[in-house]
Amino acid sequence: MANIKNPETKTKAQSMGMHTEVLTGRTQQKFFNPDEAENFYYFGTYDVDFNKRTDLDVKDMTAPEANKEIDNLMSQGYGTIVIKNPQGKHSLGVGILNKLNLIFEGSLGYFGMGSCDGPTVRINGRVGWSCAENLMAGKVVIGKNAGSCFGAAVRGGDLICKGSVGARTGIDMKGGTIIVGGDAGAFTGFMMQRGRIIILGDVGINLGDSMYDGTIFIGGKIGSYGSDAVDAELTKNDQDWLKRKLKVAEIGENFDVSKMKKIVAGKKLWNYDNLEPHEKKGAI
Amino acid sequence: MAKKKTKAKSKVKKEKKLKLGTFKETAREKLIGQHIGYRYDVNLLPDYKKITPFLKKYIEAMGWDDLNWLEDIHMGYEEDRPAVFCRNANGWVTIPKSIKLPDNQQDRDMIARELLVKFQMSPKHPLVDLKKAYLKF
Repeated sequence: MANIKNPETKTKAQSMGMHTEVLTGRTQQKFFNPDEAENFYYFGTYDVDFNKRTDLDVKDMTAPEANKEIDNLMSQGYGTIVIKNPQGKHSLGVGILNKLNLIFEGSLGYFGMGSCDGPTVRINGRVGWSCAENLMAGKVVIGKNAGSCFGAAVRGGDLICKGSVGARTGIDMKGGTIIVGGDAGAFTGFMMQRGRIIILGDVGINLGDSMYDGTIFIGGKIGSYGSDAVDAELTKNDQDWLKRKLKVAEIGENFDVSKMKKIVAGKKLWNYDNLEPHEKKGAI
Repeated sequence: MAKKKTKAKSKVKKEKKLKLGTFKETAREKLIGQHIGYRYDVNLLPDYKKITPFLKKYIEAMGWDDLNWLEDIHMGYEEDRPAVFCRNANGWVTIPKSIKLPDNQQDRDMIARELLVKFQMSPKHPLVDLKKAYLKF
């Protein structure tokens, strides 16, 4: 491995105290075993083949029945499943912890594709509230518009909406990337803690309100900034990453990313423990 | 008779609190007057030129176009040793001393991603035992 060093001088991270800060009792400590094999999938998940394709008509099924059938098809090795007639049913495609190509020919109701970890999903219609809530990994692409709380509490993966989205997009998100080709409503990035939001169009009022950390990139007009959301400099690395990400998202490939605005947390609300006494004082 | 005050000697080591002025602060920390206790730069975007062959194979196997969820993974520290946070086990996975790390955060992050995938996909991962014990359906 090139460029290996064992520096004796203090690095920037060491001088900032990042090496020695004690958070005892808050996390478990595990040790990595260098003999671990090269596995790409979670232990116990299904071995599916993307070239093995099937259709599933869910017109006369309830959401739990449809979800169980998707699981059953994966257990038979189907790696590409096309769902016909979803007809706006709620909670479809939830809890998939497998690699999978899932295509919905139609629209979904609320909480579609929630708590997934791994699949690549294409929805050719619209989606209701809280689409891909708590997504851990994978890619979800929505062809038309999405409702409120799009990508609520996302922890990882890419969530893409080619149309416009409602209010509170990326509320409480803790990782991952949300990309919107159109406009976004009020309170976009509300209480976000980590991750990235890219909006190519306009956003409503209170953008990034009470955001703890993370980054928001906006291509259009901003209604107003929320509490503790501040502008930041758009770096060359940001622009390269944005170009790459938009290409992956299959939207805005010719969009001029150099004119985008970058918004981050001012971190005045960063430490809630320190703020609490002041808030209590104010309340009394 | 006045009661004698007895102080129980605490054997538990007090947590080391970092005060401003005792370490090198960032401009943001100076402005807000408190330490930001992250163990890595959470907003650092990955440099795809540094991607490892293992990660390329992983992306291809999953059918993705980029690092996907691994974009949020960075090499941090646990008790002064390099470590990566496993969100599934809710703990820091410490990297053994035998694994030499480069002196570049982007390279270190790529290695952290590779090691974390191997750790999470292992049959010895802590969640495998939990799944066996508590799986309902």
